[in-house]
Amino acid sequence: MSASLVLILLMAVLYAGGVYLLLGRSMTRMLLGFLLVGNATNLLILIIAGPAGLAPIVADGVEPSEMHDPLPEALILTAIVITFGVSAFLLALIYRSWRIARADVITSDEADVAVGGADSSIDDEASNEAEDGSGEDTEFEGRAEAKTP
Amino acid sequence: MNALMNSLIPLVVLLPLIGAAGALVAGRRPKLQVTFSITVLSLVVLTSAALVYLTDQTGGHAVEVGGWSAPFGIVLVVDRLSALMLLISSIVLLCVLVFSVGQGMADGDRETPVSIYHPSYLILAAGVFNAFVAGDLFNLYVSFEILLVASYVLLTLGGTQARIKAGITYIIVSLVSSMLFLASIAMIYGATGTVNIAQLSVRLGELPADIQLVLQIMLLVAFGIKAAVFPLSFWLPDSYPTAPAPVTAVFAGLLTKVGVYAIIRTETVLFPGNTLQTVLLVVALLTLVIGILGAVAQSDIKRMLSFTLVSHIGYMIFGIAIGTVAGLGATIYYVIHHITVQTTLFLATGLVERQGGTTALNRLGGLLKASPVIAVLFFIPALNLGGIPPFSGFIGKLGLFEAGAQAPSPLVWVLIGAGALTSLLTLYALMRAWSLAFWRPKREAHEEESPALDRIEEAPEETSDVQDTKASPRIMIGATVAMVTVSIALTVFAGPLYSMATRAAEALESPADYISLVFPEGGVS
Repeated sequence: MSASLVLILLMAVLYAGGVYLLLGRSMTRMLLGFLLVGNATNLLILIIAGPAGLAPIVADGVEPSEMHDPLPEALILTAIVITFGVSAFLLALIYRSWRIARADVITSDEADVAVGGADSSIDDEASNEAEDGSGEDTEFEGRAEAKTP
Repeated sequence: MNALMNSLIPLVVLLPLIGAAGALVAGRRPKLQVTFSITVLSLVVLTSAALVYLTDQTGGHAVEVGGWSAPFGIVLVVDRLSALMLLISSIVLLCVLVFSVGQGMADGDRETPVSIYHPSYLILAAGVFNAFVAGDLFNLYVSFEILLVASYVLLTLGGTQARIKAGITYIIVSLVSSMLFLASIAMIYGATGTVNIAQLSVRLGELPADIQLVLQIMLLVAFGIKAAVFPLSFWLPDSYPTAPAPVTAVFAGLLTKVGVYAIIRTETVLFPGNTLQTVLLVVALLTLVIGILGAVAQSDIKRMLSFTLVSHIGYMIFGIAIGTVAGLGATIYYVIHHITVQTTLFLATGLVERQGGTTALNRLGGLLKASPVIAVLFFIPALNLGGIPPFSGFIGKLGLFEAGAQAPSPLVWVLIGAGALTSLLTLYALMRAWSLAFWRPKREAHEEESPALDRIEEAPEETSDVQDTKASPRIMIGATVAMVTVSIALTVFAGPLYSMATRAAEALESPADYISLVFPEGGVS
């Protein structure tokens, strides 16, 4: 089986960028990361399907061996639909979080910090930083401060 | 017989989906909606019971959906393992639904907005059932997505700040696991040209050993996240406890077990031969010990239970790692036991939360006097989870240790020791929770000085707000009693159940059985 190097490189870049974005504390970045990883996986399925062939329609004069395998496309289509639905839900959650807390970042877990006891100072700093918005994690930061009553 | 099975198997997926549509349409009429969803789930319980009986007679059956023959179309396969999982999960889903209806009636649907709750719950049920009957990997992926998307909605019900925070963690982790699963399906399809599990069972074996190993590890990591196996379990204790009590109960009971079910299938039908035994044993050991140490350190009953949930997944991985008929049989029995008991404990905690106004151990006290019924309802499953004879937890653990002793190696003996220790620590954590919440007089709840409580007292104040205490309606108590009865029935009917689990394990040990269900005429390559 031969595969296009361009597609493979593109997939690798999408995966790398996606994973990087997923690791952030900002929800919007996570959503973007998820979209990139999802598309990278769809590309992976496309690469797996091999080089393009004829349309898989049974007709006179078309050998089945020349046809393109239609199953990977069906898989990609299903995956795209699922990704779309989940992205919509994530967007709703991000909006809700923005409405309630005026924040786009995930804070540290209080119970974890409590059980961690003395060692939790690092976590505290991270969450404080996220809470007062001194980090540059989110684009909404400046306005968030202004709007909070 | 086959014609009957042909119509029964799709019903377990179809009924909840139709029910979800109906519940959505009836959104403005809560009574109709409740009747509708309870009827639908009761029908699924009956269907699954019939399937358990029929599959035990015939060994199983495969339905070719839409009449497309096996490797090209989608097949739904029910063997003894699937049938058992279907039955226990449908019973649990029904009991929890009744519990949540009781809660909804009492609280005026504030915690569980009924118009979305019932449809999402039924879609979750459809996803769980579909995962158990899926005969090809992509269908398994789709059913995971169905149940996950429904669980996202259920986990963030009401959209409070805490739930959104927990929900985001849960959603992102689940998405990563789904993407890994999808990528492994792509790789497997590239290597073998099929996604049909029965056909894969043949074709994967023909691949070079190193490629097999890569594919196996990819699938195991994807399923390991869903099953909350250490070190992939970090997300669970953060996300489950914030949801409403019935939702947490059904998540804790079922969702991780769907992951365990997928691991069982991976390790038996797809990749027989137990090539990763040592890795699985080490992972099981770490899951057991680290999970239970986490539970001992918790000050909140819900969080403590979430950690015991993680810990006890270790027992199931242990059984899978042993890989013998005895080991797998014990695992299947243990999965059934754990679904029931973990759900019951979370339901009982839901009652505790209503009665005591909180689940923080440093605030609870005097509940034995306030409500002896809840004390008993918490006590029985607590003993059961801790593995006290004659309860099913004891039978399951005994079966696992016996299977381990029959296939001895130094690591297996270490695991048996760790298993016994985990069992004792589970008992310790649960009994401490019970005696603090129920046995301790109410007035001591704020005064008591004890070294064991020092760490607990450090629990943050804002997470343990004491809400108004409310009496528990009879429906909620009734549903919990029903679950406790089911868990006791696992002991009473342990003989037939355990022998059926062993027969299921025997079928799993020879992939040829599974292949012949899907391709009765043979000739698969």
